[in-house]
Amino acid sequence: MKIHEYQAKSLLKEFNIPLPKGELAESPEDAKTIAKKLAKPVVLKAQIHAGGRGKAGGILMAENPDDAYQKASSLIGKRLITPQSSPEGKLVRKLLVEEQLKIKKEFYLSFVIDRAKRRLIAMVSKFGGMEIEEIAKTDPKAILKEEIDPLIGLKRFQAIRIALGLGVRYSEAAKLSGIILALYKAFYKWDCSLIEINPLVLTEDKGWVALDLKINFDDNGLFRHPEIKELRDIYEENPLEVEATKYNLNYIKLDGDVGCMVNGAGLAMATMDLILHSGGKPANFLDVGGGATAEMVEKGFEVLLSDKDVKVIFINIFGGILRCDTLAKGVVEATKKHTVPYPVVIRMEGTNVEEGRKILKDSGLNFIVAKSMAEGAKKAVEAIS
Amino acid sequence: MSILIDKKTKVIVQGITGSEGRFHTSKMLEYGTNIVAGVTPGKGGQNVEGIPVFNTVMEAVKEKGADASAIFVPPAFAADAIIEAAEASIPLIVCFTEGIPTLDMVQVRYYLDQKGTKLIGPNTPGIISPGKSKIGLMAGYIHKEGEIGVISRSGTLTYEVVDQLTHLGLGQSTCIGIGGDPIIGLNFVDILDLFNKDPDTKGVILIGEIGGQAEEEAAKFIKDSFNKPVVAFIAGQTAPPGRRMGHAGAIIAGGSGTATHKMEALSNAGAKVVKSPANIGMAMFELMKNKG
Repeated sequence: MKIHEYQAKSLLKEFNIPLPKGELAESPEDAKTIAKKLAKPVVLKAQIHAGGRGKAGGILMAENPDDAYQKASSLIGKRLITPQSSPEGKLVRKLLVEEQLKIKKEFYLSFVIDRAKRRLIAMVSKFGGMEIEEIAKTDPKAILKEEIDPLIGLKRFQAIRIALGLGVRYSEAAKLSGIILALYKAFYKWDCSLIEINPLVLTEDKGWVALDLKINFDDNGLFRHPEIKELRDIYEENPLEVEATKYNLNYIKLDGDVGCMVNGAGLAMATMDLILHSGGKPANFLDVGGGATAEMVEKGFEVLLSDKDVKVIFINIFGGILRCDTLAKGVVEATKKHTVPYPVVIRMEGTNVEEGRKILKDSGLNFIVAKSMAEGAKKAVEAIS
Repeated sequence: MSILIDKKTKVIVQGITGSEGRFHTSKMLEYGTNIVAGVTPGKGGQNVEGIPVFNTVMEAVKEKGADASAIFVPPAFAADAIIEAAEASIPLIVCFTEGIPTLDMVQVRYYLDQKGTKLIGPNTPGIISPGKSKIGLMAGYIHKEGEIGVISRSGTLTYEVVDQLTHLGLGQSTCIGIGGDPIIGLNFVDILDLFNKDPDTKGVILIGEIGGQAEEEAAKFIKDSFNKPVVAFIAGQTAPPGRRMGHAGAIIAGGSGTATHKMEALSNAGAKVVKSPANIGMAMFELMKNKG
């Protein structure tokens, strides 16, 4: 799960991470008031869940409160198109208004789980403000890593070691090590999957400051952090995706027109691949889960129906825990309740497949039945071409 | 022959009194799995499907002995359950639980490595040696005893592939889902190594997906040390970048993680890489035919 920068900064206050002074603005008036209170030049930062907002014009400087009002008016309500956003962009609803700082140098600092090493690691780089992927490509040696032993945890000497690796004075490295150790505690406290400070800046008058901060959470850990769950901003997500999560459906909106519903994430991805190889484009990823109920199938079908881009539906189910008769009932129920203005191709195999096929046939509804997933994908693509 | 489990493997089921545990215990017994005991704290003394239930793993092991544990325990308690089984010196653990926090698994995996315990999963459909035993959720009837090993990161896609194989008359020695989570126990390389040493496995199907670098490691192993035909498929060729892989997570993989990269690596290692999931079984059928 992702949260906004302002939320991440507010979370980390209890860990004494040095942050720029600032507040959240939901209107140009707010921005003006905050700038007045700070009594110095400010920076306005669009709060959206997509990286690369600086280049997209989502970060603006303002010299005085009136300027802050003007710039905030131009940002709030605007759609920002960043390399990480969808093509239509992200609507800006809120701004973080912060004091401008006298920056001496920018750095990079993050905590992330290294899947290959199966460890939490801390990473730093003397190239702050750049995408870390970029640095990894151009100058991998400029990234310093410390692996953290799962039983003994991050030790002070390790924090000092990577801080010194940034080429700063010992007194500065020692101060930074305190920040690094605190972030490590925060990572465990909330079951994070990423904490990234980029840039982490050394200022002329205030020492180290976390200028930008990003925290992502491990979805699997959210059950023990109800306070974090509440930080979810559903406006940042696709409405169909929000609807799907209500029913425990794993749904991602894509840009094609073949709606697909599959059980199991691997089979769902493979089905998307097959649609592409058959000359079509998937409209979505939808995994109803290995053990879906008739109700989940029905809800999944409804999510596809409410996607305006869909021109044909391809249902590919390999019955195991989810039996084919359960699936067939769910689809028939959903089809009876709604008008389905386009063809529905169904391929099912596995547990109770004969019973399932009979239910489809007896329903009198006009489904296209396929015997294999290849045939199903082909029929779905043909139906709209 | 088969790898990791056979008819004799004595299995205990942790979380046997829950609905999942109960259901799959009956299905596994039906298939012929040698389940000797169940464990649910506080339910010691009960019976499930005629199987005695104990309060602790240690007690179950002492009374009945165990070569493997099947874990059906909710995410909040699953890490504890895995460590309990390892601590009781059970050599093979299959954990089905979906949704275990990653940081819990970091610690679990570290402990298992110290103990030398093998873990399949978590978030796995499990393992089956057709005709012998299954510690898994898969439907037994789609399988057929034979000579093809199957390793996969996915559940239902594996069933799809097994179904293709069985329809082509190709049976399976052992099929294993390694699990879809970021931190798992046995990986592709560990299992390839076991298949390499199993005289009755003649060919292996590897089903990977986007993210991480397990497929790249498998490719390296295949190139260096694997001496049987491999058919590989990578799911997620059309998946949008950035949706599943975390931001800084991608950097550690050093540019890998995409389907294209994985397919290239496997192909360069000599594996037969198929693009369409519909052709996986057929590709193995042809390899076997040519081999005679």
